[in-house]
Parts: sequence; structure tokens; C-alpha cells
Amino acid sequence: MQISKRIVLHYPPVLTERPIVYELVKKYDIMFNILRADFSVDGAGMLLLELTGKKENLTKSFRFLKKVGVRTELLSQDIERSEDRCVHCGVCAMVCPVGAFVITRPGMIVELKTARCIGCEECVKVCPYNAVKISFL
Amino acid sequence: MVKTIDEINEKIKAGKALVFNAEEIIDHVKEQGLKKAAKQVDVVTTATFGPMCSSGAFINIGHTKPKMKITKAWLNDVEVFCGIAAVDMYIGATQIADNDPANALYPGSFKYGGGHVIEDLIARKRLKFKAQGYGTHDYPRQEILGEFTIDDINDAFLFNPRNCYQNYNVAVNCSDSKIYTYLGVLQPRLGNAAYCSAGQLSPLLNDPEYRTIGIGTKIFLGGGIGYVAWHGTQHDPTVTRNEYMIPTSGAGTLAVIGDLKQMKPSWIRGTSLIGYGVSLSVGMGIPIPILSEEILRQTCITDRDITAPVIDYGQDYPNSINKTIAQVDYASLKSGSIKIQNRKVPTFPISSYSKALEIANILKTWISTGDFLITHPVAGLPGRGYATGSKPFRGKYR
Repeated sequence: MQISKRIVLHYPPVLTERPIVYELVKKYDIMFNILRADFSVDGAGMLLLELTGKKENLTKSFRFLKKVGVRTELLSQDIERSEDRCVHCGVCAMVCPVGAFVITRPGMIVELKTARCIGCEECVKVCPYNAVKISFL
Repeated sequence: MVKTIDEINEKIKAGKALVFNAEEIIDHVKEQGLKKAAKQVDVVTTATFGPMCSSGAFINIGHTKPKMKITKAWLNDVEVFCGIAAVDMYIGATQIADNDPANALYPGSFKYGGGHVIEDLIARKRLKFKAQGYGTHDYPRQEILGEFTIDDINDAFLFNPRNCYQNYNVAVNCSDSKIYTYLGVLQPRLGNAAYCSAGQLSPLLNDPEYRTIGIGTKIFLGGGIGYVAWHGTQHDPTVTRNEYMIPTSGAGTLAVIGDLKQMKPSWIRGTSLIGYGVSLSVGMGIPIPILSEEILRQTCITDRDITAPVIDYGQDYPNSINKTIAQVDYASLKSGSIKIQNRKVPTFPISSYSKALEIANILKTWISTGDFLITHPVAGLPGRGYATGSKPFRGKYR
């Protein structure tokens, strides 16, 4: 059975030249979808991937990433909304590309589906009340 | 007339007033019938919560030693207006901080400005204060650096020249690129639509002909008590109305005033609109006394009966081209999509319906428990014969 995981990979500068994602495909038969990629001036990288494959292959992939020095974390834990600051307007829902913010009816409360978040930070940029935070620690 | 404001106030004082919010009243009247309900119901509460740019606060910080006639001043690096008496100033909600790059780095994020200064004052935070003056015989001091909280200053009152728009545009973008507006991020080629009204809960849509809301009306403003001070700027009651007398575009507005010291940051919020600027989100609740069947009937308006004009903010709005692409009702807007030019366009609110409902319920509690009496307006708002209206600039271009 195939399963999918959305993960954030943090590369140290020494590893950004190595084709690690290629190795995941080749060694463990993993399908990948790049959701976001960022590289800082010092060469450290952040890659947000959706990985799909057999459960045992995904486990092996994570083991491989850890061994080569790439820190990984599951994505859904990274988005936080301050319930004090959020007023339930719909500006985040307006820009979210994956429907992580759902306006419920008839109450018009904006629900956050953390598991859907791909960490693109569009909501962070547009939230008028500075209520959303995404961290890739 | 079925009852007077004085009779309603007697019931409020006795804790016997029957109060509904403008959402609940719809079903209540359907069940009871207009005639019976008009006798029973005393007050219907209405509310709205959303960005209202034409807002600000007057403060008086108290005289310094030696005295100073302030001509320029900054609170947390946001300039405030000082063209009034010595230590009086006005914090404009949309003023951005002096060091804000604005849209030089497009789209600007506008994280802090006048609206946030007002929110911080209400939250009793300490503000950094800097001021200059040219010095006079009676006001010799020329500079001051300091800090204060709202409790250290004499007066602080919100005075918003235009709030509570009766109805509002639905914004879309017919251009080929994404745009950033005060109604949010609009995707190209009718990619989305944004609206900003509480619809059936909104104050002036429940009293469309200003029968009860007037100058002097006591209101919920930012969590405290406020008053309608005047009709708001751009007040235009002359616009086209539907069979329920509901304006089919902008129309009436209110200028409101209230004590900042009573307000709460949950109901007055500094607001950052990406690519546009800073604003202030204002929570307002207005009671409508049920003096007649007709007044009650008007509070029973539903989202289905209220329509708003769809306007292109890509080309038409910025170029002052008066063109309405479509007229859509709030029930459709709130459903999540509307149909424009045979396309399904997703809709998003900029104002908060849930906050508006919370405010309507707080006001309902205040009235039901006898804490909030209804006022007689001292003068009416300009009605349909109002000649000024809201016209475009008529001065000369040079």
C-alpha cells in the first residue's frame, strides 16, 4: 500500500550539492512532489516535499536522510494560529493554495486544517491581524 | 407607533426587555407574525466588524514642564497629526511608520501603523513618544522624548469620520495579473471575489431609511460605549434602492465617537493589508428600538434580499470608471461562490461575520440585563433628499 507524507528537509550547507532526492527515488522507489524550496545565503537549504511510497520504503528513506545529515520533520506541526488574534475574516482562505483554511457555514468561522498545510507562508504574508505563524525549526 | 423609546427603556431598567439579534429576529417574526412580534419585541441588535480606514483617535497627553506647543509628534515612530492645540493630537489609523518601506518592496507588508498604535494604547501598552515644537514665549519647550500608556494621559477618544458603510462593493480583478487591494489579494481573470459587510446583521441595512439611527444614538463601539456623532463622510442616501429600500451600493455611513479608555483590543484592531497599507478594524453594535411594525419589518431583512455591486478593481475602480459587472446577493456571497459571466467565482469575506454576531449578542446581553438604555437621536441622518451625496472631485485639475 502506498502512503504519502509531507515533510520538511533541512540541509546543512555541505549537502546542498548532493542529489539527495534523486537518491530517494533510485534507492527506495519514492515518488516526490516539491512543494517549496528555499536556500539561504550561507548555503543551507530547506525543501518541502510530499513523499509517496510503500510504508517500509518511507521508513528506510527517513533513516537514509538522518544518516546523511538531513534533518526532517513532519510538516503539519509547523503552522500555528493565534486564536486571540484571529478574527475569522477570510483573507487566509483567499490565498491558501491547498484549502487549509475552510470557512464553515452558517457561522462563518475559519477552520484551520493543519494536515493540509504545505508551508508556503502565503497566509502569513496576508493575514491582516498577524495571527498565523509557520516555523521550520 | 406600537411603543416609545421611553417605554422600552422602562422595560430595560426592569430587566424585562425582549431583545433579539438581527439574525434571530428573522425566524421569530416568521413564527409569530409581524403584528404580534412588533408588540412583544423591544430591541433588535445589529453589528459589524471589519477594517474601517477612516478612523482615528484624539488624545491629550497633558502639559509638559516647561510647556510645549507640539507641531510634530510620533508614537512608536508613527507620525500623528498635531495641527491642533498644544498637546492635543490625532492618531490617524492609516498612517504608516516613518521607516516603513511601503510598496517600495512590493507588496508592502505594512506591519505597524496608526491602527496598531491605537490598538496598543487600548491594550495599555507603553508607547514611545517623540515630539518637536518651534518654541514660543508661553510654550518654550522645543523637544521631548518619552513614553506613556493610556492611563498616563488625560483624554483618548476614538473619532472615526467614516465607518459602518451601509453596503459595499464586491471586488474582483478582470486584469491579467494578481493585485493587492484593501479588499484583499485579487486573483487575475475573475479568480476570486471579496466582499466586506455583515449583510443581514449590518446596522444600516436593518434601518435602511435611518428611522431610528441618528445623531446621538448610543452604540457599542470597540467594546465600550460610543455614540453616532454625525453622518459619515461620503454619506450618500440618494443611491438606487431595491423594493425593501435597501441600497444596492455603498450609501449611508456614520461618524462615530467613543472613549478609548473603555475599549478592548479584541474589538479594535490594528490591521495590515498587504500591498495596500495599515487600517483599523472596528467592532460596532447598534440597537434598533422596535417602535413600529415597519421598523421591525425592516430588521427582518435577509441576506437574500440584500445585493451588492461587483466591481473590477483591476481597471475600473482605480480609474474611476463607474461600471457594475453584476449585482449579487449576500446569501450567494456567503455560500462560497457566485456566478459572474457564466463562471463560478469563489468568494471570501474581509469583514468578520462571526465577530459581528458576537458583538450583536454582547449588546443584546447589555440591554437584557439593564446595563444599556436606548437613546433618542437628537437629529436625523440626511435622508434621500440629501443634495451633497458622494460625488467625485469637482475642483479643478491643474
